[in-house]
Amino acid sequence: MAQRLIYLDNNATTPTDPRVVETMIPYFYENPGNAASRNHPAGWVAEGAVDTAREQLADLINVDPREIIFTSGATESDNLAIKGVFEMYARKGNHIITATTEHKAVLDACKKVEKMGGEVTYLEVDSEGLISLEALEAAITDKTILVSIMWANNETGVIQPMKEIGKICAKHGVLFMSDATQAVGKIPVDPKEVGVHLMAWTSHKMYGPKGVGALFVNRKNPRVKVTSQMDGGGHERGMRSGTLNVPGIVGFGKAAAIAKEEMHEDAARLSKLRDKLQKGLMDILEESYVNGSEEHRMPHVTNISFKHVEGEGLMMTFNQNIALSSGSACTSASLEPSYVLVALGLGDDLAHSSLRFSLGRFTTEEDIDATIKQVSEGVNHMRELSPIWEMYKEGVDIDAIEWSEH
Amino acid sequence: MAYSDKLLDHFKNPRNVGTLDKGDAGVGTGLVGAPECGDVMRLQIQVDPTTQKITDAKFKTFGCGSAIASSSLATEWLKGKSVDEALAIDNMAIVEELALPPVKIHCSVLAEDAIKSAIKDYQEKNGLEVTAVLEAH
Repeated sequence: MAQRLIYLDNNATTPTDPRVVETMIPYFYENPGNAASRNHPAGWVAEGAVDTAREQLADLINVDPREIIFTSGATESDNLAIKGVFEMYARKGNHIITATTEHKAVLDACKKVEKMGGEVTYLEVDSEGLISLEALEAAITDKTILVSIMWANNETGVIQPMKEIGKICAKHGVLFMSDATQAVGKIPVDPKEVGVHLMAWTSHKMYGPKGVGALFVNRKNPRVKVTSQMDGGGHERGMRSGTLNVPGIVGFGKAAAIAKEEMHEDAARLSKLRDKLQKGLMDILEESYVNGSEEHRMPHVTNISFKHVEGEGLMMTFNQNIALSSGSACTSASLEPSYVLVALGLGDDLAHSSLRFSLGRFTTEEDIDATIKQVSEGVNHMRELSPIWEMYKEGVDIDAIEWSEH
Repeated sequence: MAYSDKLLDHFKNPRNVGTLDKGDAGVGTGLVGAPECGDVMRLQIQVDPTTQKITDAKFKTFGCGSAIASSSLATEWLKGKSVDEALAIDNMAIVEELALPPVKIHCSVLAEDAIKSAIKDYQEKNGLEVTAVLEAH
């Protein structure tokens, strides 16, 4: 019998919770309505279901339901927030501040803003993965319209000082946007409490279905508006046209309701398992390093570099049984190692040697025990094959070697 | 990425992993790649001075699955070949044998470099005419 795949790639996507799937099913055939059809029961049922989901999401993050805009996912929400603010506030200024470790959806939207005549400051992070509040404040000018800093990083799980960033933005009258994709539904996220005015996230990282996301847009003090990036029927208060994905939204809402109930328990259980995994591996394997802050970190994530072993090759030793991801270049199309890890000051060699373990609601203690065993065997096997491990063991200074670049 | 069965076989059961004595005059060592680039190959050959045939080959590789399989295959091909025959091994033959995807072709280039670099080391060590030419990438 085929072994069950141990899934430790929950930062890439989470399995859809069966309870979520169940609530979605009636919205495919039984209730086929378009939420914008105002003149018949099918439309009313769909609209009612969307309203319920909007309330469930608003309830999870403690905002008004009218402040939630449905999109196709976090990438679209990031684009809508960044480009939408850039266009809407063009008369006020053209400067945006973000960080080098942001998700590509934010970085590439900022690159587009630069092409459109905007100016973007990319803040560096320290070895913990945290931005400097002093550098942030110093970067704000009278042209600054938006600060975009992610709540928690997808590769390291590092959580930024949201409250402090919010205070700085408020002091200077600058809008604060956050990509909270990795945080919502996993830890308490309350944008108003920390002064976030726009917040992007997605359903499929919190046990909901893929293809649906949300953007929180603050309605009062300040009233925030974004220029729509999709033209059409004027759905979602004119900010995002397009027929609503009713079954997806229903599932997203249910996922939010479950998260509100179970998040604290999940987080407590997962942080114990994560700590067990991390300690288990670090105890067995010398020359292993945790990447990013351990203090300011999501409860279910750990990112570890195993020196002198390349991540993709390492994963091939166990990837029939365990799914996770690596910062190695060989796992990316670009052949560049993870820019997030490089931004932390890791050498490219350590970035190539990293594995990201992201646990989830369905991770068990047996999964963790099996992972410690198989990953440590894999690292030991790969080190047996590694010439630089042999040199390290012989006391050769690897940094002093003149390597042939290729 | 889905790899070919041959590649997976070389990855799971790598041939000729190990280290030859660098001090031996008949041993040529090639060390190519760089840790920052994510792959380092060390390939060694043992040459019989009378016949100029490669009697043994060993490797160690830090790298992805394709890099490990490419170097494993290279050592297998080297054994029993003359130095001249070994110099004729082309990276594209490795690409074909392992069905390397386009993004992994550089692994085969690195293996070819490792072969040439090991032969060059052997030739230099023994005062022979250096016929191994490493291509610049």
